[in-house]
Amino acid sequence: MDDTASAWLAAREPRVGAPRWLRSLAYWSYQYKKTWRGSVTTSFLYPVLYLAALGVGLGSLVDHHAHAVSGVSYLDFLAPGLLASTAMQVGANEAMYPVMDAIKWGRAYLAMLATPLTVKDVVRGHLAWIAFRLLTVCAIYLAIMGAFGTLRSGLAVLAIPAGVLTGLAFVVPIAAFAAAQESDRGFSTLYRFGLIPLFLFSGTFFPVAQLPRWLQFVAYATPLYHGVALCRGFVIGDLGWAAGMVHASYLVALAVAGYLVALRSYRKRLVV
Amino acid sequence: MKEFGEFVAVDGVDFAIGRGESYGFLGPNGAGKTSTMRMIACMSPIAAGSLRVLGLDPSRDGPEIRSRIGLVPQEDTLDLELTVLDNLLVYGRYFDLPRRVIRERADELLDFVQLNERAHDKVESLSGGMKRRLTIARSLVSDPELLILDEPTTGLDPQARHLLWDRLYRLKRRGVTLVITTHYMDEAEQLCERLAVMDRGRFAAEGAPQELIARYSTREVVELRFGAAEPADVAGRLEGLSVRREVLPDRILLYSDDGDATLGQVHRRGITPESTLVRRSSLEDVFLHLTGRTLVD
Repeated sequence: MDDTASAWLAAREPRVGAPRWLRSLAYWSYQYKKTWRGSVTTSFLYPVLYLAALGVGLGSLVDHHAHAVSGVSYLDFLAPGLLASTAMQVGANEAMYPVMDAIKWGRAYLAMLATPLTVKDVVRGHLAWIAFRLLTVCAIYLAIMGAFGTLRSGLAVLAIPAGVLTGLAFVVPIAAFAAAQESDRGFSTLYRFGLIPLFLFSGTFFPVAQLPRWLQFVAYATPLYHGVALCRGFVIGDLGWAAGMVHASYLVALAVAGYLVALRSYRKRLVV
Repeated sequence: MKEFGEFVAVDGVDFAIGRGESYGFLGPNGAGKTSTMRMIACMSPIAAGSLRVLGLDPSRDGPEIRSRIGLVPQEDTLDLELTVLDNLLVYGRYFDLPRRVIRERADELLDFVQLNERAHDKVESLSGGMKRRLTIARSLVSDPELLILDEPTTGLDPQARHLLWDRLYRLKRRGVTLVITTHYMDEAEQLCERLAVMDRGRFAAEGAPQELIARYSTREVVELRFGAAEPADVAGRLEGLSVRREVLPDRILLYSDDGDATLGQVHRRGITPESTLVRRSSLEDVFLHLTGRTLVD
């Protein structure tokens, strides 16, 4: 499915007058077409494994003892949280090594900058590509959740854009960070001290309310908390307007701020 | 002018390159050739001074200018995971060319650089010379008016270099303007109608290769090698034999318009070098004269 989608993208002719960044997007889709196989595991297999092991397996224990988490079964509680976390992880990956590769190793960015493309086109095209990848990953995740019978609301489909937004709130700042790195050492640090703690403590596996009070405030400040809450709200169908706006605005603000920083750090790195 | 922090990479260079001309920047590593090249290619802004490329202003018309030039960077930026043909297709898309046009040109270009049989192989599997040829083919996909080549043959074996030179010579005859940087004097002599000798970010001299040789060197050079003896120790006894004398770590160069006569005088003084060579002056000698250093260390 990923393959057909990117083939479709690659086959589109950029029309005269079409934004220039579409040409950079075309490169990434073309490249993905040749190397898509590895991503099938993350897109299909992991969701199934996680939902089966933690949602169904561990969930039966949780439900037996607690009867319900936030009023729903553990599987229903967990699944949308995992969708948001997966968006974060896939996005973070796409914003780390491929960005460094395009600067240092394969130097795809430098190839682009010798052509009519500008730094802005390079940034936009790559981010647009990652957004598209997130879209496919989230759509597949939601479909698998459907197969597990966890979609409880008609608004559940909105978890797809919510997941993409969650991913982008990480992708854009991380791309800005990656463009400023001399080596990939910073990436494992970011994983160890950033992404993995977020994955474990941002409300994916248990409600943040169970954390000690001071840690709750830390959790509220992290983007993944808001992404999980947004996705869960749509899938379970109990999202209030005000809360939804707060979560979404926070994520949008991060992505927009990240974009401005990314333009600067890309320029600093590539235009010397 | 171009600065990196405190370091001034290029300063006070002044040149004009005409349409259809082939122009070279000759100089050792670190002379500021690549910086100059990146500025002409509109990939790097100038810190001071003025620059016009194809009559346009790089600070304002970068995309327009870059759509009309081809760049062969010093280090390849090919996508190793894609095939030879795909690299051309992807690159052509950056110029917004229709797929059909790119395909047609890709076929011609792969013929031109003799890579048509490798069209469907991954770039990873190509030799250094083949990658270089592919980079040149790629830079021609947009049918550029101006082709900029940064060290096109560095690291290639002699055969690969001659093949590349031949292709570049053909492009020149087709009317493509060539701008080339190199630290090989034979390359500069072969390909460039005019060249600038660069050293430490400045122009040491500018002109046609033969003109530079006539202006900064003698017609011939006598090279003397002394085996065990230090050239510096012998140098004193060679006083007054030539127009100019260069003492290098491994040999002594005597500049004169009649090399054989000079060599005869050397022998008459009872000096017996281990080996001798009389040759015509080259750009290497020009560079040595202008900077006191050799081109390739």
